[in-house]
Amino acid sequence: MYEKILEKPRSFYDNYPRKDGDITVTHYCPGCGHGIAHKMIAEALSDLNLAERTILISPVGCSVFAYYYFDVGNIQAAHGRAPAVATGVKRANPDSIVISYQGDGDLAAIGGDEIMQAANRGEQITVFFINNAIYGMTGGQMAPTTLVEQKTTTSPYGRNPHNEGFPIRVCELLSSLEAPVYIERVSLHNSAARAKARKAIRKALQVQADRKGFSLVEILSGCPTGWKVKQPSDSLDWIEKYMLPYFPVGVFKDNTEKAEPFRYIENVPPKSELPKLIDIPMEDKVVQASMADLPGPYRNPRIKIAGFGGQGVLSLGVAIAQLGLMQGYDVSWLPSYGPEMRGGTAHCHVMVSEHIIGSPLVTASTVCVAMNKPSLEKFEKELVPGGLLITNTSMIDIEPTRKDVEWLPIPATEMASELGNIRFGNMVVLGAYLQKTGLVPLKVAFDGLHIFLKAKRFIPDNEKAIQVGADYVSKKLAGK
Amino acid sequence: MAKQLIKGNEAVIKGAALAGCVAYFGYPITPASEIAEAAAKYFPLIGRTFIQAESEIAAMNMVYGAASAGVRCMTASSGPGISLKQEAVSYCAGAQLPCVIVDIMRGGPGLGNIGPEQADYNQVVKGGGHGNYKVIVLAPNSAQEMCDLTMKAFDLADKYRSPVYVLTDGVIGQMMEQVEFPTREIIDPPRYDWGVHGDQVTRHNLITSIFLSHSELEEHNLKLQEKYRTIEANELMTDEYQTEDAEILLMGYGIVSRVLRSTVDYAREAGIRAGLLRPVTVWPFPVKRIQEFCAQVKKILVVEMSNGQMVQDVRLAVEGRVPVEFYGRMGGVVPSAEEILDVLKKL
Ligand SMILES: Cc1ncc(C[n+]2csc(CCOP(=O)(O)OP(=O)(O)O)c2C)c(N)n1
Ligand code: SF4
Repeated sequence: MYEKILEKPRSFYDNYPRKDGDITVTHYCPGCGHGIAHKMIAEALSDLNLAERTILISPVGCSVFAYYYFDVGNIQAAHGRAPAVATGVKRANPDSIVISYQGDGDLAAIGGDEIMQAANRGEQITVFFINNAIYGMTGGQMAPTTLVEQKTTTSPYGRNPHNEGFPIRVCELLSSLEAPVYIERVSLHNSAARAKARKAIRKALQVQADRKGFSLVEILSGCPTGWKVKQPSDSLDWIEKYMLPYFPVGVFKDNTEKAEPFRYIENVPPKSELPKLIDIPMEDKVVQASMADLPGPYRNPRIKIAGFGGQGVLSLGVAIAQLGLMQGYDVSWLPSYGPEMRGGTAHCHVMVSEHIIGSPLVTASTVCVAMNKPSLEKFEKELVPGGLLITNTSMIDIEPTRKDVEWLPIPATEMASELGNIRFGNMVVLGAYLQKTGLVPLKVAFDGLHIFLKAKRFIPDNEKAIQVGADYVSKKLAGK
Repeated sequence: MAKQLIKGNEAVIKGAALAGCVAYFGYPITPASEIAEAAAKYFPLIGRTFIQAESEIAAMNMVYGAASAGVRCMTASSGPGISLKQEAVSYCAGAQLPCVIVDIMRGGPGLGNIGPEQADYNQVVKGGGHGNYKVIVLAPNSAQEMCDLTMKAFDLADKYRSPVYVLTDGVIGQMMEQVEFPTREIIDPPRYDWGVHGDQVTRHNLITSIFLSHSELEEHNLKLQEKYRTIEANELMTDEYQTEDAEILLMGYGIVSRVLRSTVDYAREAGIRAGLLRPVTVWPFPVKRIQEFCAQVKKILVVEMSNGQMVQDVRLAVEGRVPVEFYGRMGGVVPSAEEILDVLKKL
């Protein structure tokens, strides 16, 4: 069969000025499979007229300098990471043709996860995987594809499956995934095999050009130097004799007919729509209020709110901060986050201030809201003398130990239950707190619900809960 | 413009969107996950890319890939994830690729915990990965700055073709405050012509960090060092509070600087003339400003939520001219203003 590999196609440079030394020859050893594979890929890119759109990712390995040769856009990647780099560049340039060119150490050892995950995402990239059963660049150490009993500098007694496991069959592994469109293993050991390799390379690139998804061609390839064969051409026999029996050539997956083309990004909305799409309000209802008329202890509150997860402790804090913001005050809300929340208790620090807030941490609180007993026990001691202590008496059957603070007991859970859902207990407390202190008018709280309440259908119920809490305090203050 | 009550972590993504960031690659980790979640929620709606990568290693290499294409892109994580990103950050520095990395620091070493800490200072500010490189590091201390400094980070990254970190702690990430988003400044996502776009114009571009010849690599390194000196000369940002007549200088960044602001107020009430110097860029570091203070203040107290990492840079700047004291809390404990005041009183 006629072989065209020596003719330099248009996607391959005529000489290699990026290279040190003799720029007319490649840096590969005589008989190296990389050089042959390069030419086949370049030829396919030219024939399919893809070179102009192509971006090649060079790996770490002997082909680290693939960019000396390919007349395409080039990126050199970290060891094993080419499929992740390819993902990034492809997503940024969805119309480009992205090639991840990798050796077996690069792809199947250090980059094992990156290749599997890129394949699994069905990235529209093409991977050319050069399997030469050895680490060429670093001087012939064992690769994940090194054959059983094969001697390398790090398996000097031959690969021992009990110590280093068996060679990894990448095509077989990856073809078990749902997403990949086309996966084939080919070999370079004779001209018939090379003809098939050429076809597979072309097909893999076509899959990408058609936007169908992920394609990979594994190429069994000679490393005369690493294998320490007598002369370069012996490596062809070596492939046939040792590699082919373990790494059968053939198509492992081919969905090219069925796969539907797809685009990553369908449309980009105009810039003017951006704020709305990312929930940035273009106007707000902020007024500049003042706390001057409030009794001293209620000004610039430093609030600690605590209770069981599910009692709406964190959202009560958010609500107070949101209302403070609407009154033109500086506000902060800081949650307890993480496992302690999962354990059941949650608390948050809320500050509403006429001045710039320094530390958002509430250590000496002026207001403490305890929605359950453990919260009361834990946080009442933080209150400053004269501070306001609100307890949810539905869940707390003890009296506070602090006698130097103002105590506002309220059966919030029961009151919420009468409204139909104990989850409104936090809004009952909000109403009571606002009525008690006058920090924010109730009307603002009703407006605020439209901002801080995520489930808009519950706005009427929450409004009622706020009102009920406020009424409870008014009645109490009126001595009823 | 309107005020919005929002978490620092979410403000990062809205700022990034306004700044023309077209791709986010990340892996979930507390206390940074809201950043990925916000990107996952908003980016698809505005024609931008969000990918949950298989690891921080992959995420940062995806950033390397997208940055190679000459577009604005980012990732975010916390301590353990930042450790994994370091390889690709070094590659980005070597190949001179702009990108933004947000680090919401948590407790360490190892898995540590998810409480707020500031113990990534060394691994972030000192480069972190292999090789002779520096990264610009911005240290926000409010939700507003989480937006503003993220936007600024993109500008600096592009200006210097360098990775830029936004470094803060779990408190600043998790806290909600009011933010005014600069909606008038929405920019069209830029695309730089040094990138590989997959077209005829950029066909001969090459993104690489390899320089085989020793002298060429040295030259490349010298160029990088020159760039770092330019950054040091031009991009320093600090914030000061009550420093004009200060006798004791307090220093801290992130949430600590907020606590220290309160400490300064308490100290002044107690008759101690304290002032606060907050590095907004922790690299470049305010070496000159600190040296100026050596002629003014009697002592410097550095407070960190770490074993004392930034304090080493303060001591290098001070060169023994005034005593530099350190107070640190670790493990997720945030020092209170009162507690630091006690330390101040005992100095
Ligand atoms: C993180 C990292 N670890 C190790 C190396 C050293 N290294 C360079 S190439 C290579 C092996 C490459 O082998 P393979 O992928 O099979 O490619 P080949 O050279 O055989 O083409 C190794 C281990 C590196 N550059 N980076
Ligand atoms: S060492 Fe092997 S893989 Fe590397 S260039 Fe030589 S023959 Fe090719």
